[in-house]
Amino acid sequence: MKILVCISNVPDTTTKITFSDDLKSFNPAGVQFIINPYDEIALTRALELTESQAGTVTVINIGDASTEPTIRKALAIGATDAVRINATPRDAYFVAGQIAAYAKDKGFDLILTGRESIDYNGSQVASMLGEKLDLPAVCIVKSLMIEGSTATLEREIEGGKEVLTCPLPLVASATEGMAEPRIPNMRGIMSARTKPLTVVEPVDIPQLQQIIKFDKPQSRGQVKLVAADEVNKLVDLLHGEAKAI
Amino acid sequence: MSVLIYAENTGGKFKKSTFEVISYANVIAKEQKTNLVAISIGNVENAELEKLAKYGVDKVLSVTGEQLKLFVNQAYASIIAEGAKASSADTIVLSASFSGKGLAPRIAVKMDAGFVDGAIGLPSFNGSFTVRKGAFSGKAFADVSLTSTNKVISLVPNSYKVVEDTKPAAIETFAPVIKESDFRTMVKEIVRAADKVSLPEAEIVVSGGRGLKGPENWGMIEELAELLGAATACSKPVSDAHWRPHSEHVGQTGIAVSPNLYIAIGISGAIQHLAGVSASKTIVVINKDPEAPFFKAADYGIVGDAFEVIPRLIEAVKEFKSAHA
Ligand SMILES: Cc1cc2nc3c(=O)[nH]c(=O)nc-3n(C[C@H](O)[C@H](O)[C@H](O)COP(=O)(O)OP(=O)(O)OC[C@H]3O[C@@H](n4cnc5c(N)ncnc54)[C@H](O)[C@@H]3O)c2cc1C
Ligand SMILES: Nc1ncnc2c1ncn2[C@@H]1O[C@H](COP(=O)(O)O)[C@@H](O)[C@H]1O
Repeated sequence: MKILVCISNVPDTTTKITFSDDLKSFNPAGVQFIINPYDEIALTRALELTESQAGTVTVINIGDASTEPTIRKALAIGATDAVRINATPRDAYFVAGQIAAYAKDKGFDLILTGRESIDYNGSQVASMLGEKLDLPAVCIVKSLMIEGSTATLEREIEGGKEVLTCPLPLVASATEGMAEPRIPNMRGIMSARTKPLTVVEPVDIPQLQQIIKFDKPQSRGQVKLVAADEVNKLVDLLHGEAKAI
Repeated sequence: MSVLIYAENTGGKFKKSTFEVISYANVIAKEQKTNLVAISIGNVENAELEKLAKYGVDKVLSVTGEQLKLFVNQAYASIIAEGAKASSADTIVLSASFSGKGLAPRIAVKMDAGFVDGAIGLPSFNGSFTVRKGAFSGKAFADVSLTSTNKVISLVPNSYKVVEDTKPAAIETFAPVIKESDFRTMVKEIVRAADKVSLPEAEIVVSGGRGLKGPENWGMIEELAELLGAATACSKPVSDAHWRPHSEHVGQTGIAVSPNLYIAIGISGAIQHLAGVSASKTIVVINKDPEAPFFKAADYGIVGDAFEVIPRLIEAVKEFKSAHA
């Protein structure tokens, strides 16, 4: 089985987010970058599948050279090889276009992404890839089994789950539950240094949108405390002041 | 020209988020002086279809068929794009529900459309078409300007109020030709807790954390939620320990919610938890530790033991309800 896992390089969850002075771009200075947590889940599931049924796991990232530590980490976790499309990711349409251009004639049986990147929170790439490659895309998947050439997936729906089957090849986006992310071990880290990382130049993709401004949510101000033996007051505040009940 | 919305249903009934989407798109259609068209897919009865007219829809396209009874991402996306062509729509709005999240990007690619996923407010109409969405998991907003002719917007549930605007809408059957290859996925089973309020759409959420000690103590959480018509949620360690199902886990790695009211009980307020709940309009925190970080992100708080405070709160809500019945 040939699997492609799309990995995005994102600020660590606990990072304090700051922007450039013109508020048009994210300020990466001093920020610790990690593999998007959902992509780590996807990568781990891909490794499990190739361990039980043989095959290869290629990771792909759209990014400039600064993302290579993240790519090497994916190799250390166990990916077979890696591809970096040498471009700054403009938006999900650009990313999906680059991945589709790379993957279209490579015969992948399965393409995995995360449910969303924790920086721009798009949850767009999986479905866009499906459309560009004319493949089914199953989004927000918490269980993925493969038997022969058929996948059985569980995707999240409001208040429950939907179980579906789909013939390979397909695209799926991973969420919690699909696998427990692995931590690289020493052997993995050593071997990652020599695993192949191919750099590919990007294709042209039209720009349809642009982030023109970032903004921070307003702080809620000081919390109003209500004494533990006066909970009626809380109910009154929620009704009269907050209009929440 | 027109604006097209996808009217999502569950089991033949339109969801609240569908009416939010119509109300939102109605403003865009009025601003652009064009028609508002809704497309419904699946087996929805006429009486239900007529409900769409209450919120400003001029025309309803109804697509039915045995193969379309259950959601099929690829086929539904093709149908919506065909519906857009048939009604010369250049703006498509749908809910950022679980299904909507799968549909919208496909439609955007089909239509070469700029796309805002998870919009939380109306577009600006002063020259540029700019829509606000959340970014960095609740830590920021991004204003996205769409420069393409065609535009797709998915709207976060609960972020736009339902507004009535009754019109005499025409209901038409629409029967686009769909490729067989759009039906490769096959639904085997749908598992849903039938009588519960759906978490992403809930207006009130009552959420419990590790401070509740064990699954046996969730009775009072459920009682409070039921009284308030709320959905129940939990922190990650709680679902990891199988005290509660994973579908209730909110936060960075779980579901992101933006209800009117979020009540957090025995939750410390770790940054990864806040990532999924900070868009809530009002936040109440109940925690026995006055230093719990969640108090810094809350509007109202009670410092106290949940096992004493929650029973009192249940009584207070009962009193309130009987006084306001
Ligand atoms: C990559 C990553 C992703 C994560 N994603 C998520 C996520 O999506 N969602 C999430 O929730 N967490 C997530 N976490 C975990 C997060 O960091 C916290 O560990 C978690 O939110 C803590 O859960 P908690 O508040 O229930 O438990 P604790 O931190 O243990 O807090 C329990 C709280 O209960 C209070 N308490 C105890 N007894 C009582 C009582 N009798 N009455 C009232 N209060 C009481 C305590 O004072 C304490 O504040 C993630 C972590 C990482 C590293
Ligand atoms: N720059 C990137 N390079 C490779 N994969 C990416 C990139 N950005 C996003 N992805 C993939 O697409 C998923 C969803 O991202 P998004 O649609 O941006 O929320 C991520 O979890 C990754 O799997």
